Amino acid sequence: MAEQTATRVSRQSRRRITSSPWLLLAPSIVLLALLFGWPLVQGVLSAFSGDSGLTLGHWQRLFADPYFLQALRNTLLLIVVVVPIQLVLALVMALLMQARPRFSGTHFYLWTIPLAVSELAAGLVWLSVFADRGYLNSFLVNLGLSESGVQWLNYDNTLTMFITVVVAELWRATSLVFVIVVAGVQMIPKDYDEAAQVFGASMWQRLWHVTLPLLRPSLQVALILRTILALQAFAVAQALTGRNFPLLVGETYEWYVNLQNPAVASAAALVVLALSLGTSLAYLRAMRQPDATG
Amino acid sequence: MTAETASTSRVLPPVDRAPLRRRKWRRAGVQAACVAITLFMALPLVFIALAAFSGRAALNEFPKSLVPSEFAVDTMTSFLAGTGTVPALGNSLLVGCYTVVLSLLFGAPAGYALARHTFRGKDAYQLFVLLVRALPIVVLSVPLATMFLNFGIYDKVVSVTLVHTALAMPTTVLITASIFVSVPTDVEEAARVFGCTKLDAVRRTVLPLALPGLAAASIFTFVLSWNEVLGAAVLTLGHRTLPAQVLASLAESPQAYRFAGGFALVVPALVFIAVMRRYLLNMWGSTLR
Repeated sequence: MAEQTATRVSRQSRRRITSSPWLLLAPSIVLLALLFGWPLVQGVLSAFSGDSGLTLGHWQRLFADPYFLQALRNTLLLIVVVVPIQLVLALVMALLMQARPRFSGTHFYLWTIPLAVSELAAGLVWLSVFADRGYLNSFLVNLGLSESGVQWLNYDNTLTMFITVVVAELWRATSLVFVIVVAGVQMIPKDYDEAAQVFGASMWQRLWHVTLPLLRPSLQVALILRTILALQAFAVAQALTGRNFPLLVGETYEWYVNLQNPAVASAAALVVLALSLGTSLAYLRAMRQPDATG
Repeated sequence: MTAETASTSRVLPPVDRAPLRRRKWRRAGVQAACVAITLFMALPLVFIALAAFSGRAALNEFPKSLVPSEFAVDTMTSFLAGTGTVPALGNSLLVGCYTVVLSLLFGAPAGYALARHTFRGKDAYQLFVLLVRALPIVVLSVPLATMFLNFGIYDKVVSVTLVHTALAMPTTVLITASIFVSVPTDVEEAARVFGCTKLDAVRRTVLPLALPGLAAASIFTFVLSWNEVLGAAVLTLGHRTLPAQVLASLAESPQAYRFAGGFALVVPALVFIAVMRRYLLNMWGSTLR
């Protein structure tokens, strides 16, 4: 009797397990744990351990490298400049789409192509524009604006290099923000805007008081995602300038591939991780604040 | 008679055309802005295509005319004939296809579970997946390279595939979940009623209905794998994927090679977006949150 109930219980529990969603989730969890969790732990360990136990030597080497501080500065500057411009540009593009211009299908196709263009390809595309004998310089000379063109990618001209990287990043990644914002705009019911129109709100008032507040979730997602992705930018700068305009991830690549030092490379990578975790947490906090008080 | 009607119509207040005119101006402004943005997005693509198809002499001439003085395919052919280009192309295709299959095998069941079950820990799982998304690939690629070296699978198609699968996993799970949500449960239940086992019901009813969406998700995954540079560059040495190959030979290659490489990497993007246009907003837009 007791045996019977025991088998029944075990059969029941077995059924519960086989019909449990965790069985379906397990493969993905195992894969992610193996390929994300384990290397993450390994990376942290290798960044802090040397031949004789714990050490900060790798970090000292990293910070002593003049390229590293430059890379840190460049990366942060790039984010501060690119991300706000991208948000505004993408918002403008989404509102233009909303106005249903002629050939909107073609416009939409061309605006979203950069979504599928890799970072490296984007850098090479803009290289054809900004190279010394490239199309921009040809254009300037043909117009008579410049004698022999501007050396945009010259190694001692940090400002123009920065500009080229910013333009290439704007071109490459604005589409991503655009798509997120368009998806958000489409989910806003038309009634709100029409009601505001009936009450005589101007275009700017409707944008500021109706559309933007309703778009907030999409804008938040876009902001966080873009910041994290911008922190990882490197192939654009690599294709345009080589190591003359270092970025953080590019430094990791440099330390691993060319300098053959995985430990310092891990340390540099951890800086990227810390920055992306820090900024996402900061965003989430800043965005929660108004809700908590209001 | 006619003069009389004319005089009465003259008494009518004049039509205020100002709003109409304003509307017209606004439409023109919208149109102009659209064209300007389109030029910004499309012109660089035109330039790289022109650069990839101009001959040696045309590439070196300065200032360039917009239409190159001679069209030639030798830039492209010398890129394709360069050492490692064709094998790298093959590796890229292989890695892309394997990644699609693996990520669907691992991710689709999870997506199905998220779509059909409510269970404790669902939010935790979703949070876990999102966290993984936020991890920069650069943090993982270096320790993974060491790990793969120890396991003896460094510099293999398998190793790059594994990393790309892990990278694609979060989006695959979320996208497939949204696809399975849109397949009604009734058909599945009907199949069960007619005696299908649970697995059979899914195979015979849900999968065919979800197939278009799954195909779109696969293309998305393929693009992700095709475009990934850093992980592939760190994890391979001899068996590079195409982006990794181009990146590795950037420093010592002439500009013609770089333009040709850039063009070769861009072409699939044009095709992908043309095919995916209908799915774009669902894939990149709403599943991102």
